[in-house]
Amino acid sequence: MNGVTNGQAAVAGDAGRLAGEPLLSVRGLTKHFPVRQGLRARGAVRAVDGLDFDVRPGETLGLVGESGCGKTTTGRMLVRLLEPTSGSIMFAGRDITHGGRRELRALRQDLQIIFQDPYASLNPRHTVGRIVAMPLQVNRITPPGGVKKRVQELLELVGLNPEHYNRYPHEFSGGQRQRIGIARALALKPKLIVADEPVSALDVSIQAQVINLLRDLQRDLDLAFVFIAHDLAVIRHFCHRVAVMYLGKIVEIGDRDTIYTRPQHPYTRALLSAIPDVTTLGPAGRIRLTGDVPTPLNPPSGCRFRTRCWKATDHCATEEPALTTRDDGGQLTACHYPESGPVGVPTGEPGSNERT
Amino acid sequence: MVELPTPRRGEDPYLRVTDLRVRFDTEDGVVKAVDGVSFAVERGRTLGIVGESGSGKSVTSLAILGLHNAKRTTISGEISVGGRQLVGLREEEIRRLRGRDMAMIFQDPLSALHPYYSVGRQIAEAYRVHHPRAGKREARSRAVDMLGRVGIPQPAKRFDQFPHEFSGGMRQRAMIAMALVNDPDLLIADEPTTALDVTVQAQILDLLADLQAEFRSAIILITHDLGVVSQVADDVLVMYAGRAVEHGSVERVLRAPQHPYTWGLLSSVPSLHGDADADLVPIPGNPPSLINLPSGCAFHPRCRWAGVNGDRSRTEIPELGPAGAPGHLVACHLPVAARERIYRDEVAQVGVAR
Repeated sequence: MNGVTNGQAAVAGDAGRLAGEPLLSVRGLTKHFPVRQGLRARGAVRAVDGLDFDVRPGETLGLVGESGCGKTTTGRMLVRLLEPTSGSIMFAGRDITHGGRRELRALRQDLQIIFQDPYASLNPRHTVGRIVAMPLQVNRITPPGGVKKRVQELLELVGLNPEHYNRYPHEFSGGQRQRIGIARALALKPKLIVADEPVSALDVSIQAQVINLLRDLQRDLDLAFVFIAHDLAVIRHFCHRVAVMYLGKIVEIGDRDTIYTRPQHPYTRALLSAIPDVTTLGPAGRIRLTGDVPTPLNPPSGCRFRTRCWKATDHCATEEPALTTRDDGGQLTACHYPESGPVGVPTGEPGSNERT
Repeated sequence: MVELPTPRRGEDPYLRVTDLRVRFDTEDGVVKAVDGVSFAVERGRTLGIVGESGSGKSVTSLAILGLHNAKRTTISGEISVGGRQLVGLREEEIRRLRGRDMAMIFQDPLSALHPYYSVGRQIAEAYRVHHPRAGKREARSRAVDMLGRVGIPQPAKRFDQFPHEFSGGMRQRAMIAMALVNDPDLLIADEPTTALDVTVQAQILDLLADLQAEFRSAIILITHDLGVVSQVADDVLVMYAGRAVEHGSVERVLRAPQHPYTWGLLSSVPSLHGDADADLVPIPGNPPSLINLPSGCAFHPRCRWAGVNGDRSRTEIPELGPAGAPGHLVACHLPVAARERIYRDEVAQVGVAR
């Protein structure tokens, strides 16, 4: 497996940027879901296929990609709701890749998750007070001043009325429910929060409220975040670093400004140009990708993006590009023919393989 | 059969909605989902209707197609499609128009397509309903033709496949093929790309633009995404709590917005440009309940400038009136001078409103 070489490259590329021990360190992380037909195994969905990245204390890493790229599976493995097929997850110096229930319970005090759907992630028969207090009870923690006081502090922290302690989730709007989910994640004072599309189910005006809240909490409490989203504009407003995923692999990872102003991977460029932006009227300079994401049951050989890439050659089909520094860029890119120059000036001829 | 009035002039907008009101009787009270909305769409033009959930944008489009349950819904006002008045028309007559003169593309193609029938069969059925003399073979060739037109490779083979064998983007293409199979003059797309990934969304928006250029249909695009509107719409209608709050050309509404709600929407959207570290400026509070609307301007509890006119915003419902440029309308009590000053000094500095 070339996950090892990728891992070393990732460490080398990141080393210059920030000193200090990473809080979370992921190497060669892989998750394959077996597909069975009757009793016989029929292969595996390679949902996540060899990820390497680090998150330092107080840092926010954005995981972005289209549906089916493995970003949610990654998030679930990080908090160990799923067990990785191979690879390793180190959290605060401890290997948590295959930890059992008992071990994980202690771990989850420092590692929490916020779910996407604020309607499905709260128990409708529990009061808000009970929902937010649950992490404390499970870990048999009695905070100074009592559980109720702590819960009310948390509700206030996320901008809810502490008097609403006794209400049920159905009495709250979508944005308020997401705040309840955030309060629950904060109850144990975690060091790292995995946020899985925390704002994509919300209306735009409410979305901005929740993004601002998460940003304030991140700064005030010095939390580290792995922020999973499909929306590059949301990621840009929240994350220090960004990892772009495609079909279970990271294709580009680097500082926010590098990724958004000088992306090297053609997929990152296409993704950026596909976002309809309010600041431009009319369809201007869009890179048209044709076709859909291939199935992770049988991903393309070599570079996985080559079937939709306008720069692909035979070389891309035979050799998989390693995630490494290319052309003195500030980021790591997995592409044989990286783009250069600032975004908005596509160097290739994206229109050449259009079907229309 | 009633005698249908002939369209007056070729120049007349294909769709004209005047003072549309839609109410639902529920156990908790009367929901005023749409409350006095007027707009028009000409052939070859695209109107974007923007608003958050509960603003009445989908209810408006379902009313145009006559898809509300008549037992529970009260609809008043006028809906004129190609010169024909739809409100009060009998169900059989609306059914004759629906799918032929006006068609809809729904948000979620997986729930809008029947899982037991092949995709092609569903498209052919939509054709045969309005072409009773067409044979099976003719309907099939028409459906295959449409599948090819919307960019589905190997349409003849795809005809016999089922919705679960299509990817999300392909399903939405099939939905568009079904909506277009009878060459409708009016196409209503209700959040057509919300369920799709951005790269596929770009494909679908391009497809809609190409098809519009070819068929000169009038399109209503319902969305909450101002980015999508800025790319494809000619005109924009901003709705809040069942009422139109701003209406005008896309340049005016997105470049020189006049209503505080539009300002709020623009400054709360995260963008790819501008200062990434600056805080977004959200609209405070939550959208109101449609059963118990705030008095006066429905937006006043969330509006930072509601107090500028004394009590007026709390007591009097603002009418949609001229907002400077021709065709640009706004429903706000702020005096024009004050609005321009506030926009210039306080709003235009933040977020994407720049």
